[in-house]
Amino acid sequence: MPRIEVDETLCKGCELCKMTCPKQCIEMSDKFGKSGYFPAKLAKEDCCIGCKMCYQVCPDVAITVYK
Amino acid sequence: MTAEKAITKRPSGLTDKKTHYCPGCGHGVVHRLIAEVMEELNIVGKTIGVAPVGCAVFADTYFACDMIQGPHGRGPAIATGLKRSKPELAVFSYQGDGDLASIGMAETIHSAARSENITIIFINNCIYGMTGGQMAPTTLIGQKATTCPKGRDAKKQGYPIKVSELLATLQGAKYLERCAVHKPAFVAKTKMAIKKAFQNQIDGKGFSMVEVLTVCPTNWGLNLKDSIGFLEGPMEEYFPLGVYKDEK
Ligand SMILES: Cc1ncc(C[n+]2csc(CCOP(=O)(O)OP(=O)(O)O)c2C)c(N)n1
Ligand code: SF4
Ligand code: SF4
Ligand code: SF4
Repeated sequence: MPRIEVDETLCKGCELCKMTCPKQCIEMSDKFGKSGYFPAKLAKEDCCIGCKMCYQVCPDVAITVYK
Repeated sequence: MTAEKAITKRPSGLTDKKTHYCPGCGHGVVHRLIAEVMEELNIVGKTIGVAPVGCAVFADTYFACDMIQGPHGRGPAIATGLKRSKPELAVFSYQGDGDLASIGMAETIHSAARSENITIIFINNCIYGMTGGQMAPTTLIGQKATTCPKGRDAKKQGYPIKVSELLATLQGAKYLERCAVHKPAFVAKTKMAIKKAFQNQIDGKGFSMVEVLTVCPTNWGLNLKDSIGFLEGPMEEYFPLGVYKDEK
């Protein structure tokens, strides 16, 4: 199953990936990340289809998509 | 089951440095696209970029190619000198709308008129970002800025400049396209435009510029969702996306 990893040191919690994901797989963490933002994370397993749209819009290259 | 592998990666045209841009700012996406294009054209080691004065002033530390940070608005003049003395290298100038269309308008117009064989990446966010949200030559009628707090009034501050349309009147401008990066389809299109603007230079075609509409939530005083609404609404209405020049 495809999945994403979010680098907490890069993510600024802008939520663009969350707004963009066609499957609504992304949510924001309720804990501060290492940079003082609420980083994005995969909300549930078996959701991501590996379309890379979140990677495309992320201004901080914080997302890696695995397939 | 086959082993899992990463299908995205940080392009080699970027350094590992984290940017100082605000959350959601379009500068970061455009940086990544330029870096991907340099990687795909295999020119990271054969490119010199010019960083502007503006929020992208530290771009020299974000790109992995050689970089120079220029005085305000002078990017095209510096790029001209670099390209003429090192024609074997790719040269790009990265500029905001304050930098390119205000203090640097002369350099912009004359480098296009001379058809310098350079690539310009023009970030249009309708405002001066770095200095705290003053009116730019691109600020829309009715849009608020610290120097027009009631909104830009054509009677007092005149009309916003459409740079791509203006340059399209010049014979020396060979490729001009206006793009955006707030949604995946636009990101893909912008990448193709940036690639073309670099390829044109490699092919010796002359002046190419890609204008990218981006959000500045911080100085627009809007959250990211409303910023995207502003971009898709009044901004795209006044600055329509599309190709303004594409000379064969
Ligand atoms: C010669 C000179 N004049 C004025 C300034 C102040 N200044 C710094 S950045 C800037 C405008 C930046 O706006 P823009 O080019 O739109 O880039 P953004 O920050 O929005 O990315 C100005 C006027 C300066 N640094 N140097
Ligand atoms: S790769 Fe596609 S489906 Fe998976 S999280 Fe990103 S946007 Fe959503
Ligand atoms: S788009 Fe990037 S920086 Fe913004 S929340 Fe998602 S992962 Fe974080
Ligand atoms: S002030 Fe505006 S242009 Fe500058 S980094 Fe922040 S969002 Fe981007």
